[in-house]
Amino acid sequence: MIPETGHYALILALFVAIVQAIVPLVGAARDDRPWMEVGRTAAFAQFLLIAIAFGALTWSYVTSDFSVVNVAQNSHTDKPLLYKITGVWGNHEGSMLLWVLILAAYGLALALFGRNLPPALRARALAVQAMISVGFLAFILFTSDPFARLDPAPLNGNGLNPLLQDPGLAFHPPFLYLGYVGFSMAFSFAIAALIEGRVDAAWARWVRPWTLAAWCFLTLGIAMGSWWAYYTLGWGGWWYWDPTENASFMPWLAGTALLHSAIVVEKRDTLKAWTILLAIFAFSLSLLGTFIVRSGVVTSVHSFAADPARGVFILALLVLVIGGSLMLFALRSPSLKAGGLFTPLSREGSLLLNNVLMSTACGTVLLGTLYPLFADALGLGKISVGPPFFNAVFIPLMVPMVATMALGPMMSWKRGDLMGALVRLRIAFVLTLVVGIACWLLDGGSVQALKAAGGFALAAWLLIGSIVEWAERVKLFKAPLVESLNRARHLPRAAYGMTITHLALAVVIIGITGSAVWTSEKIQVMRPGETVTLSGFDLTLNGVEDGIKGPNYTASRASFTARKNGEVVAQMSPEKRLYTMPPRPTTDAAIHTNFINDLYVVVGDPDGKGGYVTRLYHNTLVPWIFIGAVLMVFGGLVSLSDRRHRIGAPTRKTKAA
Amino acid sequence: MTVPKPKGDAVTRKQRRLYFVLLGMLALAAATALVLTAVGDGMVYFYTPSDLQTKHIGPDRRVRLGGLVEKGSVVKDGQTVTFVITDMTATTPVTYVGVLPDLFREGQGVVAEGKMDEQGGFHASEVLAKHDENYMPKEVADALKKSGHWKDEYQHK
Repeated sequence: MIPETGHYALILALFVAIVQAIVPLVGAARDDRPWMEVGRTAAFAQFLLIAIAFGALTWSYVTSDFSVVNVAQNSHTDKPLLYKITGVWGNHEGSMLLWVLILAAYGLALALFGRNLPPALRARALAVQAMISVGFLAFILFTSDPFARLDPAPLNGNGLNPLLQDPGLAFHPPFLYLGYVGFSMAFSFAIAALIEGRVDAAWARWVRPWTLAAWCFLTLGIAMGSWWAYYTLGWGGWWYWDPTENASFMPWLAGTALLHSAIVVEKRDTLKAWTILLAIFAFSLSLLGTFIVRSGVVTSVHSFAADPARGVFILALLVLVIGGSLMLFALRSPSLKAGGLFTPLSREGSLLLNNVLMSTACGTVLLGTLYPLFADALGLGKISVGPPFFNAVFIPLMVPMVATMALGPMMSWKRGDLMGALVRLRIAFVLTLVVGIACWLLDGGSVQALKAAGGFALAAWLLIGSIVEWAERVKLFKAPLVESLNRARHLPRAAYGMTITHLALAVVIIGITGSAVWTSEKIQVMRPGETVTLSGFDLTLNGVEDGIKGPNYTASRASFTARKNGEVVAQMSPEKRLYTMPPRPTTDAAIHTNFINDLYVVVGDPDGKGGYVTRLYHNTLVPWIFIGAVLMVFGGLVSLSDRRHRIGAPTRKTKAA
Repeated sequence: MTVPKPKGDAVTRKQRRLYFVLLGMLALAAATALVLTAVGDGMVYFYTPSDLQTKHIGPDRRVRLGGLVEKGSVVKDGQTVTFVITDMTATTPVTYVGVLPDLFREGQGVVAEGKMDEQGGFHASEVLAKHDENYMPKEVADALKKSGHWKDEYQHK
């Protein structure tokens, strides 16, 4: 009965969404308050119904109800409870259900917290949200029913892909979706604004916190995915420019650009059409990301089924959303009145430059990701576009962007003083040079070492530039310390958010550079008792124990002792696991970190003569990538907690002159 | 709200639009230049063993070779592994140094990336099976279907 209840609730949700997509829109056009209010009530009802459906599916998983096809295909009684629950979204149908649940949750949030929004704008935004909902609910009900029954029910299920049975990956999809779907808010507001023909500071104040929240979730989701790839795939890398990774990275780039251009709309009442366009792109790329990952057009851990009906449905949805919104944009954007003017050398100018670079980078990633699909469709042969392409294109675009990041905040709005800003950044300039040259010399002074020097210099520039900017704001060393402290206390949290995220990016750049240039790796056959030296560490293989039983796998566990100068640094035990259902091997790397370097050990197959193939890595500064990502999210949250987002914010009357 | 008239070197709306367009074009040009320079080494073509026999591929070209790992062909000598990739029509011997991915199995699909040598052997610098959950990479499945050697049981094993 419970799965049927869920199915029924989902069908009801579709009808509620249809009502929510039409009635408030008509109400807003007729200026009819009761009709507009339907949107809020419907948003409540829709969320409740989808939550019931999601609950029903979760229940089927927890109780291992194998009469449900979805559960039988993706679960097993031996699975730990955590993975029974996370298994709900570890498959196509369930993950789509999670998608609409999150969409409905955002709709609910809009209905709840949108009290002080102009009623017509709120009604229209809710209607647009519901339209997206209709598309996805129809998709689930017609092509990917998670509640389909199986008769007779099998005794046990097929189990979940062991690669997905991991805490890092278990919570990666919800965070990623919270990010993807979060951009639907910006999208809905953008469409609502286009219908109204009005974009102003109040609009931007509304869009910004939602975008920021979505951005934080997405950043965390991507970081989790990358971390998972780092420690489970056993290749010692953390980013492969895999299509599925790019799929999540593109909305992130567009979202980051949107975040910044929304500031310009809020503060300076300009760049409106551009911001609307970015909102449309950010969400379209989120949809595209879902499409790439779920439709099976690319092979990866994520692609579940290549059912052509589904692909066509999502493609149609994609065309409708992107085509429709761009059409509306073309029709209505000329009516958006541009506001404040500015010179190219101003804060607006630098934000715009960053926006353009970010969008271009996003475009090249899109090209590289989709090109193999086009080439295949056009019969140009099977091609894969690998990391060399992305590195060669992406990095040169990011260098000027990061260079401007330190400079932009130092410029004033409207008309900035580039020379003045450069003079005030002279400490950063000098220190950047020192860092660059020092790194270059330390690394041997060769041409190859220029790469490391460049990366670290760039990070130093951003790091010190951001600190200088903060110091200027609080008049550090220019005013008495008490005054500086006082200023520091009263600086808006949004300012701290910016400083922290920019510093965080510097940390990430340091991590990326370090891992790119200083990582060392050794692959060999080791017999128990043998020792291999890597980057000053002596790694001894003590032995390998076979047949260790886990809840649903058997593992061979190797035991390593890492010593430095004769002293024991760590005991490490990498595993090779063989899952029982489905019968698949996985690698469990052992990582010892001191938060600067990672010692990373993987055990491979036995060679049949008493030895084991082992892969040993010394990954320099990789932890900083993840620390930086978390710091970035923290900065986003600090900015999100800014006073102006909480109190009395977005009413149109209080628009600052 | 009236917009205060900009003075001095401030710009008019038209000029700003011009800057916007110029900036966009500049970015586009830069991106195009970068893409064109990166295309050479960034793109890797996929071949099957039969393709390798008919087309001559120089030892400098990085390519991907896909097919099934021939049963009984895997020989491990320490960290060096040799195996044969087949598409049921032709075969290519492959040498690889390193740890094979978890999903590498005899009789299963595999994609190796690397270069050909003069003797017709293939030196893989990477063996890919890392992101695939069915044991069959998409390219390999397509190639097998094309050559008529596809069997349904490859899909779920």
